[in-house]
Amino acid sequence: MSGSIQDTFFEECEELLEATDEGLTAIEGGDHDPEVVNAIFRAVHSIKGGAGAFGLDDLVAFAHRFETVFDEVRAGRMELDEKLIQLLLRSSDHLSALVEAARDGGEIDEAHHDTLLAALDEYIPEEEEDLTFEPMGLGAPAPVEDLGAGPSAPAEPQEETYRIRFQPLKEMYGTGNEPFFLFQALRDMGELTVKLDENELPGFDAMDMAESYLAWDLTLVTKESRSIVEAVFEFVEGLCELSIDGDGDAEAEANALAALDAMFSAPPADDAAPAGEPSPDPDTGSAAVPFEPPAPAPISEAKPAAAENKASAPKAESGKQEQRGGPKPTLRVELERVDRLINAVGELIINHSMLAQQIANLNVSDTRDVETELEGFKNLARDIQEGVMAIRAQPVKPLFQRMARIVREASAATGKTCKLVNEGENTEVDKTVIERLSDPLTHILRNAVDHGVEKPEDREAAGKPKTGEIRLSASHRSGSVCIEIKDDGAGVNRPRVKQIAIEKGLIPENAELTDSEIDNLLFMPGFSTAKEVSNLSGRGVGMDVVKNAVTGLGGRINISSTPGKGSTFTIILPLTLAVMDGMVVSVADQTMVVPITSIVETMRGSDDMINSLGADGTLLSIRGNFVPICDVAGGLGLYRESDQQAGVYLLVETETGQRCALAVDDIHDQRQVVIKSLDGVCGEIPGVAAATILGDGKIAMILDPESIIAASPTAAAFDTERRMSNAS
Amino acid sequence: MKTKVLAIDDSRTIRNLLAATLEEAGFEYHCAVDGREGVDMYPDVDPDVVITDINMPNLDGFGVIEELRGDGINSKVPILVLTTESAPELKARARGAGATGWITKPFDDASLIFALKRVTGAAA
Repeated sequence: MSGSIQDTFFEECEELLEATDEGLTAIEGGDHDPEVVNAIFRAVHSIKGGAGAFGLDDLVAFAHRFETVFDEVRAGRMELDEKLIQLLLRSSDHLSALVEAARDGGEIDEAHHDTLLAALDEYIPEEEEDLTFEPMGLGAPAPVEDLGAGPSAPAEPQEETYRIRFQPLKEMYGTGNEPFFLFQALRDMGELTVKLDENELPGFDAMDMAESYLAWDLTLVTKESRSIVEAVFEFVEGLCELSIDGDGDAEAEANALAALDAMFSAPPADDAAPAGEPSPDPDTGSAAVPFEPPAPAPISEAKPAAAENKASAPKAESGKQEQRGGPKPTLRVELERVDRLINAVGELIINHSMLAQQIANLNVSDTRDVETELEGFKNLARDIQEGVMAIRAQPVKPLFQRMARIVREASAATGKTCKLVNEGENTEVDKTVIERLSDPLTHILRNAVDHGVEKPEDREAAGKPKTGEIRLSASHRSGSVCIEIKDDGAGVNRPRVKQIAIEKGLIPENAELTDSEIDNLLFMPGFSTAKEVSNLSGRGVGMDVVKNAVTGLGGRINISSTPGKGSTFTIILPLTLAVMDGMVVSVADQTMVVPITSIVETMRGSDDMINSLGADGTLLSIRGNFVPICDVAGGLGLYRESDQQAGVYLLVETETGQRCALAVDDIHDQRQVVIKSLDGVCGEIPGVAAATILGDGKIAMILDPESIIAASPTAAAFDTERRMSNAS
Repeated sequence: MKTKVLAIDDSRTIRNLLAATLEEAGFEYHCAVDGREGVDMYPDVDPDVVITDINMPNLDGFGVIEELRGDGINSKVPILVLTTESAPELKARARGAGATGWITKPFDDASLIFALKRVTGAAA
């Protein structure tokens, strides 16, 4: 039970941290709305509250400091200047780190932790007592010592007799405290005798219903400690005249201080009432032995009024609730359930293909009606699919907000000042995509700070504002998601990049490359421009890893750069990882699928369009341009029985702008296919991205044009030829 | 008859903790996510006791106590304040508004139930 609640806590923490970040960013941007400060305070406060319940001491202590500083701001005793805002931002980052450490069991940076604590302490006024926040375990009741209710109680505590005089002030009745229940709680501890002292009751005529006239003398024989007896009256302290005299008072008084602590740790056991207790008889109003309920509390005339209000209140309030607006109601669902639904939708789409195929196989002359219905089926399946995908879709906002932290950390590490501007935060992307984007984005942003943005003095010299700006934006672009990371730094140092590529043997010395080609060298494995290993780079990760991560998501990444103005990385991703539009083709009697996104055009080639290159390379001439032909069958090692040359070409373009014509035997159809990952089934196969199930139940490979081209000798030869000719 | 508890807290974690503890102890549990919702729900739930947080959006805990006590919806139902603060001023302020008692966060199950018993007489 506590496990799942703890999960909830961490989930909630994510939201609260997000709210904190959002609020701080707003404040940083000059928002002075007190509600923003309040919201942050509440968020941090809730983190503290939850953390306390799970005994996460570090988190509690830090959140408390953070919250205390915020309380000062909230109360208007402290101004939010730039320095404090920066400290709070760093503290918020650290709070996230602490939550992560608590959840995943990681280590926290002790030195950083202490520095921040000390910095926060400077903002906390002297008299502010550090809260003693004793975490109490969940589900494990505090030791129920002293209660002696069960026969198994080890040391038999001594019975003591307490004489209690209890006289409520009239104020007590306004707080909802009820003497009867207090007596009941005492009765549960031992043998209780209640005697009503009605001596102060005036005559009926002189009675003021709002006054309190009653007092009680109670005698309690119990094994409970005095502190427990006192704890019963905790809530009415100051609202009554109370004296408790016990046999062992001298000893008890010595424990007066300890009593306060004990109050919460040693409550009475449930149902510990002594056996054979007389049942209370409400009819006998006067003093009786051993236990009688007291007379009803004087302010009982409030009842009818309550009933009236009950009728009117909800009507008046319900309107208000609608006005309030607030966040849309949401439903929290386990991811697994959505995944099951997505799988089912995938099956539905496959099932549609199967039906279509079966109908085609029937050889019935007139299938128009069935086909119309089938078309409806297909549209419905698509609607359901989109609906299900929408469930998994989430705004990129939390991801982008985390990135602000990355930029702050990177700026601090490199001594640069950068700010991250987010755009299109509400763009929705599949949850999995968001999760897997985190690493590539982190890397690109670190690079942007480390290599892109110049040092403040250099920026000033270049006539730019000291603070670098990195723009992170997300948008939907014709069925894809476009993520752009744009910095206003120095741009790619092309001569240097080229030099390094030559030094590392990545390109021939005399290669003549276009600017864009040079920029794209950054993505080559083994490439690194860092002159020295700085704090940020030298993590052994290059941009090639970023590229692989993006490609792994079925996306593309591109870079463009203007010297002196900055660089832009553009990541284009599919909206979903589960279904895609593909072109069904046949290659050497095999049916295969080519992702539609990579296809520029399709054509049927004639002999006069084909030119030879080298020994067995062929080029396709299209409108005066030559494009290398990759025979898919050959590339995959398939044997074509008929001697006939593939005559159909799919013109595809790689992300580096390289074009290639994939030669296939025939094109059948363009349709939606369900992507079935091959990971864990047969590992990585060059040229094959994934698999799908066709209408006839057969499995078809989904091709990866990028790797087919990379493996093609013709394309490579053509590329070299082109470079050489450019160079000469 | 189960004792009905209306818990008002903006933290989902705390609501879940309360739900787990109270339901196991045999209380009937209702909850609201902020003070406004709590006060709005109050007449329908008609609880035997209210547990309210202090720091909440829309309407805070003091506001809850004031509204519940103030307009006589029911001036007698016990209201327990659930808070991380243990400062005497805070208790005084809550009591001044008409709070019955307070429970300090983090609470342990037994002290929570003990407090509820003392204000409702619940057998649970």
